[in-house]
Amino acid sequence: MTDAAVVVEELVKRFGTFAAVDRVSFEVRRGEVLGFLGPNGAGKSTIIRILCGLLRPTSGRVQVAGLDVTREPEAVRARIGYVSQRFSLYDDLTALENLRLFAGLYGVPRGARADRIRWAVETAGLAGRETALVGTLAGGWKQRLALGCAVLHRPPILFLDEPTSGVDPLSRRQFWELIHHLAAGGVTVFVSTHYLDEAEYCNRLALIDRGRLVALGTPAELRSTALGGTLLRVECAPLGAALAVLERTPGVLEAAVFGDALHVRVPDAAAALYTLSRALAAEGLRCTGIEPIAPTLEDVFVYLVGTAP
Amino acid sequence: MAEPAVDARELTRRFAETLAVDRLSFVAGAGEIFGLVGPDGAGKTTTLRMLAGVLRPDGGSATVAGFDVVRDPEGVKRHISYMPQGFGLYEDLTVDENIHFYADVFGVGRAARAEQARRLLEATGLARFRDRLAGQLSGGMKKKLALACALVHTPRVLLLDEPTTGVDPVSRRDFWRLLYDLAARGAAIVVSTAYLDEAERCHRVALLHRGRLLRCETPTRLKAAMPGAVVRVATPTPDAVRGALRDAAGVTGALVVGNGVHLVVDDAIRRVPELRARLAAAGVAATEIAPVAPTFEDVFVASVSGGA
Amino acid sequence: MTWRRTTAIARKELLHVRRDPRSLLIALLLPIMQMLLLGYGATLDAKHLAVYAFDRDGSQTSQALLERFRASAYFDLVRTVDRYADLAAAVDAGRARLALVVPPDFSRRLRAGGTTTVQAIVDATDDNTANLATAYAEAVVDRFSADLQLDWLRREGLPDRAAAPPISVEVRTWYNEDLESRNFIVPGVVALVMALVGALLSSLTIAREWERGTMEQLVSTPVTAREIMLGKLLPYFAIGLVDAALCVGVGIGWFGVPFRGTVGTLVVATALYLVVVLGIGFAISVAIPNQLGASSIAILVTLLPTNMLSGFAFPIDQMPAPIRAVSYVVWARYYLTILKAVFLKGSGLGTLAGPLGAMALYAAIVGTVATRAFRKTLD
Repeated sequence: MTDAAVVVEELVKRFGTFAAVDRVSFEVRRGEVLGFLGPNGAGKSTIIRILCGLLRPTSGRVQVAGLDVTREPEAVRARIGYVSQRFSLYDDLTALENLRLFAGLYGVPRGARADRIRWAVETAGLAGRETALVGTLAGGWKQRLALGCAVLHRPPILFLDEPTSGVDPLSRRQFWELIHHLAAGGVTVFVSTHYLDEAEYCNRLALIDRGRLVALGTPAELRSTALGGTLLRVECAPLGAALAVLERTPGVLEAAVFGDALHVRVPDAAAALYTLSRALAAEGLRCTGIEPIAPTLEDVFVYLVGTAP
Repeated sequence: MAEPAVDARELTRRFAETLAVDRLSFVAGAGEIFGLVGPDGAGKTTTLRMLAGVLRPDGGSATVAGFDVVRDPEGVKRHISYMPQGFGLYEDLTVDENIHFYADVFGVGRAARAEQARRLLEATGLARFRDRLAGQLSGGMKKKLALACALVHTPRVLLLDEPTTGVDPVSRRDFWRLLYDLAARGAAIVVSTAYLDEAERCHRVALLHRGRLLRCETPTRLKAAMPGAVVRVATPTPDAVRGALRDAAGVTGALVVGNGVHLVVDDAIRRVPELRARLAAAGVAATEIAPVAPTFEDVFVASVSGGA
Repeated sequence: MTWRRTTAIARKELLHVRRDPRSLLIALLLPIMQMLLLGYGATLDAKHLAVYAFDRDGSQTSQALLERFRASAYFDLVRTVDRYADLAAAVDAGRARLALVVPPDFSRRLRAGGTTTVQAIVDATDDNTANLATAYAEAVVDRFSADLQLDWLRREGLPDRAAAPPISVEVRTWYNEDLESRNFIVPGVVALVMALVGALLSSLTIAREWERGTMEQLVSTPVTAREIMLGKLLPYFAIGLVDAALCVGVGIGWFGVPFRGTVGTLVVATALYLVVVLGIGFAISVAIPNQLGASSIAILVTLLPTNMLSGFAFPIDQMPAPIRAVSYVVWARYYLTILKAVFLKGSGLGTLAGPLGAMALYAAIVGTVATRAFRKTLD
């Protein structure tokens, strides 16, 4: 229990009669990287705002870094760092000026400022370019700098909102190196993202839909247990016709086009291999390949969340 | 084979000092979904703008829907639909008003329009929201509405600039289903995305980096052509594992990923036992070592670092 | 160019205006507010000027003189004081525009058949009002003086004629008989309001679409630049005419400004003026694709020249020659000339051919520039 950096217990948040968050409970350990997934409007941002002390819960217990969020929101805010989507830095200030600004805003003790700013510059890889205007930097650099700014005051909890959307994959990897380095040092990291490849970088994932916590586990756990049945990749031309046939075939739980093949979810792979090829042949469609594949996080996501809002 | 719907030849465009697009050439045919994949700054938006006839190339040329973008951009515009980044919707107009506006703009007759609109709104799940202001729709719904507006005149070529950015995976799937339907009917679709995992949904993919074309293949072939293989080591101590294996023979990359380490090796079959031995010798725990399918990100990184 | 696309754009623009509370405010409320504010507030007449008096004589005659001031429409005898210091303080503090000091020997000297003076202290920080105040005060005193003289003559048994000056001027004011400055200000306000509203609304239109990102999509469609311009400006043209009607209505109905011309002439002149104003707004919007910048420039380019150089506040023929030359370029000048002529003189199209022609030329030039200005590319 003392290891838990964040404790959320039966959290409820209502706006009028609408329950934006509906009895969500989870715990996050120190140094863990937790990914937050879910459709827009599902309650993700609401939960994050409550954790940041920006919104009061309707009911439930929320403890962040040992502090009760309802009773001490200001104190909570002083102990978190936040990196928003698409750069919260000032384009017309230099990297150094931005760092000094945030050091001041976050109340970093004067004595420590120089050192921490130097650390932030180095981890962002901007040594020698501190005096460049932020507006002239490429996306990846900016995000690392933004991360540096957000941790100048050494917060134990860090929130990242879609931190690497649009960023170069190489830069993304370097960014996540930083995250893991921070996590290894005991910082708890919350990442909110739509980008499922990025979700793979997290230790655990929380899937939020319509205010409820629909799934919580490591990416591997989610992929192996959450999906009902097996996923098959079916190559068959023409795809549109094949899709129509398979959607009607009994025993098919779900079918969707994916590139130049179909992804079909069935309860039992062995039996399905026979059923599907027979159903397709009956319509005169030649099936060039059926094989089981490992479900992706997206398959899991779609399965758990169902139809879009 | 008929003339390709989109034929780009050495397209080039400069902005001040930067070369945004550098002699880009590719071809996309009817019924094909062609992906322009790459991070921000790769030149995707600039390329699409040139193909849409709203930005003049500095060099090279392109033929879209049979018209030359340099010599007859207005001809191009009559046969395409372009969906820019952002939404391009009128937020203070209702769903219905938006669709009718674009129908008018593209000269779709009243009779044909009613049927089209009905079909499109059904397909996008927006039929119930005809009288809602576009600004009050969710992000995913806005994108679907933008697509419906783009399709109201059945274009021959559809140019989409990052249409699913910021949209959740479920809405994204719906959106792609619409694209597949469209392609099945014969339209050529050029779609750009910064989500590398979306590259897999395209029929063919062009990997772009800093304005240049790295590779242009089907997703399957791209993955197959990737040099080496990816091995995943599941472990409670990823940093330790990485430290131990980073410099092992045959390992060209080591990345901490959540609860494990992804290694890029030259030959999976040969190296896996070697890695296992090395870990045991170093006393580092690992629950599993196995080859995994490379992700598109792996392919991209390999292409960029392996030399264009 | 097709009408369908143009009307689609016009219809859309109208929906935008209807659903944007700020635009509606500018289009409907602003004109009326400006009319009322300026119609009431902007007056070059001086009435009810505050007067403080220090009567050191205190006789019936001096009281009678002060009574004249009290009775005059131009003055308000606010207070009589018994110390000079209080008088000075009142003028300093701005409580008195005019201060009168009647000397202690005022009535004594008059009875003795001599002359005397009344001191008038004028606050000249506003020299226009000071001039008027001085003139009015002198007139009141002259009148009183003449009446005194008449009384004296009558008492002496001499004929009245001896007191009368040999020549007098018979003034007939044409066109603005009440000399109400409002009658000439209100048409000016009409021109001002329309310039402001027209340019402001139209300058936002292109900029707004760029900022929201919808323009990028629009230029990728078959819509032509001309259709976009016409489609977008037509609703503002209609709104402009409605606003003009509103302003004119308020002017005539509320302020009682006379209207002697024909509606036809007014409509023709207003239509031309609107073309110019909207064209300029459109050009600004094309040149400055952000709403804040575009609206700022629009206000600068319309408000300032219309205020200063159109003949609205300051007479053009009193300006030095180079400035007068500049005023020929100010489009509001011609409209204002026409407005005043139509309102007060009842002039028709024939008499106004000159300024109408100038506006038509202006409209043609602005229209051409505006069409060429808009390009369907992102460069």
